[in-house]
Amino acid sequence: MSPGDLYPRPAEGTWTEHYPELGTSEVSFQDSISPEFYRREQDAIFRQAWLNVGRVDDLPKRGSFFTKDIVAARTSVIVTRDGDGVVHAFHNVCRHRGNKLVWDESPTQETSGFARQFVCKYHGWRYGLDGACTYVHQEDEFFDVEKATLGLAEVACEVWAGFIFVCLGKEPRQTLREFLGPMVGALEGYPFEAMTERYSFRAENNSNWKVFIDAFQEYYHVPPLHTYQLGPNNRDPNLTFEGAHYQLDGPHRVVSTTGVQKHKWPPETMYPSEVLLRSGNMGPWDAHELAAEISGVNPGGVDRWGIDNFQIFPNLEILIYERNWYLSYRFWPTSHNTHVFEADLWFTPAKTARERLAREYAAITVKEYALQDCGTLDGTQLGLESEAFDSYPLNDQEILVRHFHKSVGDWVDAHRRALGDETLGFDPMAPPPVTG
Amino acid sequence: MTAVPMTTPMLPAEFADLEPFAATWCLADEPSRWEQRLASSMEDMRAFYDACFPRAEEAISYCDKFDVNALPEDASNLLNLLFSFALVSYPIEVWDQPEPVHTGNARIDRIREPRH
Repeated sequence: MSPGDLYPRPAEGTWTEHYPELGTSEVSFQDSISPEFYRREQDAIFRQAWLNVGRVDDLPKRGSFFTKDIVAARTSVIVTRDGDGVVHAFHNVCRHRGNKLVWDESPTQETSGFARQFVCKYHGWRYGLDGACTYVHQEDEFFDVEKATLGLAEVACEVWAGFIFVCLGKEPRQTLREFLGPMVGALEGYPFEAMTERYSFRAENNSNWKVFIDAFQEYYHVPPLHTYQLGPNNRDPNLTFEGAHYQLDGPHRVVSTTGVQKHKWPPETMYPSEVLLRSGNMGPWDAHELAAEISGVNPGGVDRWGIDNFQIFPNLEILIYERNWYLSYRFWPTSHNTHVFEADLWFTPAKTARERLAREYAAITVKEYALQDCGTLDGTQLGLESEAFDSYPLNDQEILVRHFHKSVGDWVDAHRRALGDETLGFDPMAPPPVTG
Repeated sequence: MTAVPMTTPMLPAEFADLEPFAATWCLADEPSRWEQRLASSMEDMRAFYDACFPRAEEAISYCDKFDVNALPEDASNLLNLLFSFALVSYPIEVWDQPEPVHTGNARIDRIREPRH
């Protein structure tokens, strides 16, 4: 291959060959279409890895709580801030007869709010925000019941840079910081806490969760699919794109982009409303530039840095923009070919109506182009499920896709090994295990 | 669009020319604005866009005379009208249809946003 030469690549000639464990061959996509592989991911990944379920912004004061349904892990968790300000997580299950403890209108919908205690709707058992059982209805009808032993089942919970993570494994194999590793961990110095103005989106998509993550971890698709990001006189589906820096660390990945900042482009390349509202797909133009020396940001030290796209295993993406805002995406599988997509846009609070309108236009823009991604996604899943071929080729700009699927496969294999199953590698031709 | 002369104006008097669009487009949240966009013809959206575009800078300056978190009702309506204008700019300037090209069956709901 003779890749483009916009940005220097590693001595090996390509980003992919800089990480020889990735190989360069075609990649099987059975992991995106197989119900059996999804069952393995549920145990090997969603019940083992640290999962981001929210931010400290979701627990603004003592007594705040929210529930998070993690369908892939077959559970729901309650996350609380107790009377001492400590953040806890519990399985959202009453210790009596297993009723889902906290819900409002329907047990299949998440909820949040402020509480002094949780009361089970079924038999009235009560629990404190620290998970302790505080009341058993008709306690003297039970046999040697010890309330002190009947608290909610605690889930490992740690906070990093304001992001709340849980780990559903009995004993987390790594602390959250060990799991995040040095590349992601270095982002701790980013001023996440200053960005409290939030726009949230939710979508139910008809694809495997990884297929959508893949759409956000390469920019190769941008010129052909998002041709409309440039005004009608400047659309060219033959434009090319190169990421300026790619880096892997454990199961986590980052790609950084660079180029002329959007607000410095000639006005005739833009839409009239972008010029009028001074905002768009790179965010509000007049936000002050993020201090270049913030630790962890722009890990490749690229010139004219634009975006860091951190892909944090397994299902969290943090996109940090040069215009002083960030996006967080989470992808929650609900079956082998469906998932829930959650997106949050985070800005410093608007001080004027002009600033709020610029943020609104940025939030509108994110949804416009994400709808193109979501719409296309249905087609990708349908295409893959047809099994017209067995594997796909990936180019150097798709190195993160290659690394992600390898990381998922490695976790599934490691879990099988831990269970004493030495047959490594997923074999899509193997019959499903006998159950029942 | 027809004017609504016998009711109390929603917008500040300086923006009486936009009043015919107020009842339809002064909507307080994005889900309502998105629904209105999908329910509107391109012709209606173009009339709204064409009327708003030349007044947008003045309207922003008007809203900026107040604290964005304590806008008087008519200024709040005006800002919501600007939000609708920003939303409608996509069908008019970019897609040439109400929905983004290639949306297919996809749907993305905005479930939280700042309020003013």
